[in-house]
Amino acid sequence: MNTTEARHSSSGGQPPSPQTFAQKALARAAGLDSVQIGQVVDAQPDVILSHDNTAAIRRIWQEFGQARVLRPERLAITLDHAVPAPTTKHAQNHAEIREFVREQGIAHFFEVGRGICHQVLSEEAVVLPGQLILGADSHTTHYGWMGAFGAGIGRSEVAALWATGQLWLRVPETMRIELDGELPPWVTAKDFALRVIGDLGADGGLYAMIEFGGSGIEALPLEARMILPNMMAEFGAKSAFIAPNAAVVEYVAARLGRRRSRAEAAQRGERRPQDAPAQMVDEARAEIEALLLDSDDGAPYAAVHRYAARDIEPTVACPHTVDNVRLLSEVSDVRVQQAFLGTCTNGRLSDLAVAAQIVQGRRTASGTRFLVIPASAEVLQDALRLGYIQTLVEAGAVIGVPGCGPCMGNHMGIPAPGETTISSANRNFRGRMGTPDSDVYLASPAVVAASAIMGRIADPRELE
Amino acid sequence: MDVIRGRAWKYGDNVNTDVIYPGKYTYTVSGREEIARHALEDLDPAFVTGMQPGDVIVAGRNWGCGSSREQAATCLVYNGVGAIVAESFGRIFYRNALNNGLPAIVCPEAARVIQPGDAVEVDITSCVVRCPAGEFSFPPFSPSIMHIIEAGGLIAYVKRSLEA
Repeated sequence: MNTTEARHSSSGGQPPSPQTFAQKALARAAGLDSVQIGQVVDAQPDVILSHDNTAAIRRIWQEFGQARVLRPERLAITLDHAVPAPTTKHAQNHAEIREFVREQGIAHFFEVGRGICHQVLSEEAVVLPGQLILGADSHTTHYGWMGAFGAGIGRSEVAALWATGQLWLRVPETMRIELDGELPPWVTAKDFALRVIGDLGADGGLYAMIEFGGSGIEALPLEARMILPNMMAEFGAKSAFIAPNAAVVEYVAARLGRRRSRAEAAQRGERRPQDAPAQMVDEARAEIEALLLDSDDGAPYAAVHRYAARDIEPTVACPHTVDNVRLLSEVSDVRVQQAFLGTCTNGRLSDLAVAAQIVQGRRTASGTRFLVIPASAEVLQDALRLGYIQTLVEAGAVIGVPGCGPCMGNHMGIPAPGETTISSANRNFRGRMGTPDSDVYLASPAVVAASAIMGRIADPRELE
Repeated sequence: MDVIRGRAWKYGDNVNTDVIYPGKYTYTVSGREEIARHALEDLDPAFVTGMQPGDVIVAGRNWGCGSSREQAATCLVYNGVGAIVAESFGRIFYRNALNNGLPAIVCPEAARVIQPGDAVEVDITSCVVRCPAGEFSFPPFSPSIMHIIEAGGLIAYVKRSLEA
């Protein structure tokens, strides 16, 4: 080694410039030591996600003339967007997907009723912190909740990934959003997300990595972390990120350990155990800790926005764009014919818990339907065990099969023309729920539940 | 494809994929003609009948925001749209358009001044948009994107690289 090289590689040399999470994650996925913001890299994702669109992707992929996808273990496929099949055409679509799964030996395949892709891949620890997941679903930004780099891509791109394992990505600028202090009672991460999108617009985060931090983010319960990166798809973001805390690492480690112990048990022909042996969880934790990535102190941010948590109020997105936000108090005279609690944004156990708490001992308003769709079978089982489903049904709620439900207008709760829905989903575009002449308002699960009881957009504090 | 000539169909900001191609058709409609028929169904019902091959969509900020559905781009390709000139694009739509050989041109100056029905020329080689209000340049595509455009789209590009 000559002296010049020695100087560069020694600790006394030029310190490396501070890097963002996005730089580190894409450098790792591209097999490079470091990358610059704006650089275009060929990245190899750890996980390639598709759902009910898998059959259409398969038809594109078949044009390549390959018999086998390059790395079947990296594919993850869920049936969630229209499940169980509402029509023969949907059923044929699912059948084609099952045939592909069998033919290619896809292990990470999740059947009708298992749940929504982003919830299931989180519960099953298919994606790990610090990894790259690319999916033919715009809400693939979701995985930032656990410190992974997730981005949505198109169907042709997924087909290309099945064939080649790599895709070009530009290393994005990072926007940092800080939340200081604790959110007031009845104010949730959903309200904060809507506030940010309302303030900066539906393209406020266009092409950017959105990184959340601050004491208000640290104070969020684990499930609330899942809302923010998910909602950033409505902000134009490429991806979103929250640095994982100990609770996140523990969640993923427990689930990675469980998945592996089930797989081992299945190989031995045993019934699957309920919990993984402690040693398997310890191994999983060590593996995850080695993968963790975070932005350096002094990392280059294109913009920093700061919010005081005490200033965030219950917020509603009005028709027909997510950035058309108002304070809840400004829209509380709007009558609703349907209240929809569910989706990858807000269909988890804590969401059903707050809804059950609000509707306990009450009945949904006459003329208002209350539709509850758990985000996964696991959420449904936990909600059954804890009595939430009993409470919700007693109050007049209809329980749907775990999946996306009517979120994008496929089935299971399409509104009639002229009707208004209050929804815990992430998107309220005209026609989104299947009918262009209906209005969709977006809000937190607490507001959705209170609205179901009152028959109009309502503040849960009115029911206290 | 180096120079695209057509009339302008002008739309506003934040036009999302649900009004470009409704989600309810994503798993049941597959034929080229049928996909084409639903283009801009909830935005501009006159588009599909009035559209002439080569016509150019001119839009404001964040055209194609929302879902990753690729039909939002292919339904325009199948109608013969020559290019889209916008102030900015939703990032997945942008990729989907280029991957399907549909030039997505970021040119805020042109997008703001072009009027509905204007004769528009998009010159990919010299990176210029020409319209009655003048001539406006746009930044060249990155080499990765140019390779895909030159190959005629992502699928053709991947086929070529697999054969190489």
